Amino acid sequence: MQYKSQAVAKPYFIAAIGLFVAQILFGLILGLQYVIGDFLFPHIPFNVARMVHTNALIVWLLMGFMGGAYYMIPEEAETELFSPKLALAMFWIFLVAAALTVAGYLLVPYSTLAAMTGNDILETMGREFLEQPLITKVGIVIVALAFLFNISMTVLKGKKTSISLVLLLGLWGLAVFFLFSFYNPVNVVLDKFFWWWTVHLWVEGVWELILGAFLAFVLIKTTGVDREVIEKWLYVIVTLTLITGIIGTGHHYYWIGTPEYWQWWGSIFSALEPIPFFAMTVFAFNMVNRRRREHPNKAAVLWALGTGVMAFLGAGIWGFLHTLAPVNYYTHGTQITAAHGHMAFYGAYVMVNLTIISYAMPILRGRAANSNKSQVMEMWSFWLMTIAIVFITLFLTAAGILQVWLQRASDTPLPFMVAQDKIALFYWMREWTGVVFLIGLLVYVASFFVGGREEKAA
Amino acid sequence: MSGAFTKSMARNIFYGGTVFFFLLFLALSFDTHSQLPKRDMRQNITPQIAEGKKLWETNDCVGCHTLMGEGAYFAPELGNVVARYGDEGVKAFIKARPKEGIPGRRSMPQFNFTDAQLDALVAFLKHVNSVNDANWPPNIQG
Repeated sequence: MQYKSQAVAKPYFIAAIGLFVAQILFGLILGLQYVIGDFLFPHIPFNVARMVHTNALIVWLLMGFMGGAYYMIPEEAETELFSPKLALAMFWIFLVAAALTVAGYLLVPYSTLAAMTGNDILETMGREFLEQPLITKVGIVIVALAFLFNISMTVLKGKKTSISLVLLLGLWGLAVFFLFSFYNPVNVVLDKFFWWWTVHLWVEGVWELILGAFLAFVLIKTTGVDREVIEKWLYVIVTLTLITGIIGTGHHYYWIGTPEYWQWWGSIFSALEPIPFFAMTVFAFNMVNRRRREHPNKAAVLWALGTGVMAFLGAGIWGFLHTLAPVNYYTHGTQITAAHGHMAFYGAYVMVNLTIISYAMPILRGRAANSNKSQVMEMWSFWLMTIAIVFITLFLTAAGILQVWLQRASDTPLPFMVAQDKIALFYWMREWTGVVFLIGLLVYVASFFVGGREEKAA
Repeated sequence: MSGAFTKSMARNIFYGGTVFFFLLFLALSFDTHSQLPKRDMRQNITPQIAEGKKLWETNDCVGCHTLMGEGAYFAPELGNVVARYGDEGVKAFIKARPKEGIPGRRSMPQFNFTDAQLDALVAFLKHVNSVNDANWPPNIQG
């Protein structure tokens, strides 16, 4: 570790992995509820388990982003972090707030939680992914601002690289677009319109800048390719991301009361959204092929390559599958959407976080790379989780196609639940594949505890 | 990428392209806002509908259902549910949910809504159904 203050990244990474495990356990509960409808009912209804599943995901990805930034920025800026103490304080605030929020979801009915936490002052709850109580949302803003202050001050007093600038732009964008989660007009069309300014402009906009910056950083470190080349690629990728992704928001404006011209804008621009992901894949493989050194951390390189490929498949191809308006008319809000969501989040944001964690954690623990034994385990977990998510996606896609066929495209459309019963086989297969994913995740966690002492110190 | 295309060119295209497309997005959003009053039926929004929306949110209905296709895919689309079952049908369904669920089946919780609350929810759902959403969903089953 070049700078002492990079050490604050460690608790962020550990908490991120802990929340990842929680996310997957609740995912398995949800998957089982799809086929055994009354599983854990009425103690943990589906919507409660889903909030824990999606909110744990969002929080652990944010934890990973923050940890990654705290690790990267001192090295990029070539100076110690502005305030490691502030970073640690924010970590505990964020972790405690997340734990209290999850406890709130699980222990009291959601409407009671809303009444207890000041939802009457400003109604922001009960919208997908933004279910957090008002006080949690305010807490997220405080943590994000303190984090951004800390990171920005570090860059300002140090060297300003292109990677830092792209990362900062992504992180500031993340904070700014989160502010739309406080805007919840009574007009449901306006509500939905601006809800996407947080949700879409995060995952198909500014988060991709963070992704690109992390990937570029790890590739510079592991391949030794010239910074000029890598940063040029980074700019090209994030350009493609934003010129397709911003107007691409229109693919959410087909059927929510917004004017029909969005069907054209959304279809055309979001059809181009796979291009930046394809560029990312080409970028990662190109840099690794042109490497000037053999970095001992093979696992980190594998995660970096995997991010490119899986983000392209999940976000790019599976997104394109249902993004054109005439297709989306039939697939909107079906298991096709769920299939895309799972592989896109895993391929892009889960994998890029695991990339930076894989690269940074050994160094934070005082070695350039983990022992061979530990890396082999980590690579096993890579393949188990990645293959599992591919099959989860395929089974959900099959379920979705049948759902569309039975419930939407048919001359005699079946009621929702009748169609659901007919496709239960695919939900069972998804659930068993989810168990494989969990095994992969447990192998991943175990890899941190195996054979760490064999390698010499960094 | 060849040497003729430099990093600073890439950076300039990034900033220029981002600003241009963000402004275009703002322009389209502005135009959308001028058209929405004709489509979103805002003139019909009553305090009762607002109350219904609040109930929709504070019970996290979107955690299982979709509304105009957005939400979770565990339970039926509700944007057109009043057309599917009628006002009274919707209220009767919500009221009749067994507290302990139905063995083996996906079950909706018993929320113990008052009659006024049920009226508000139905008013909200009727309002959503009245929005001009380009003829979505494709059929009555949602």
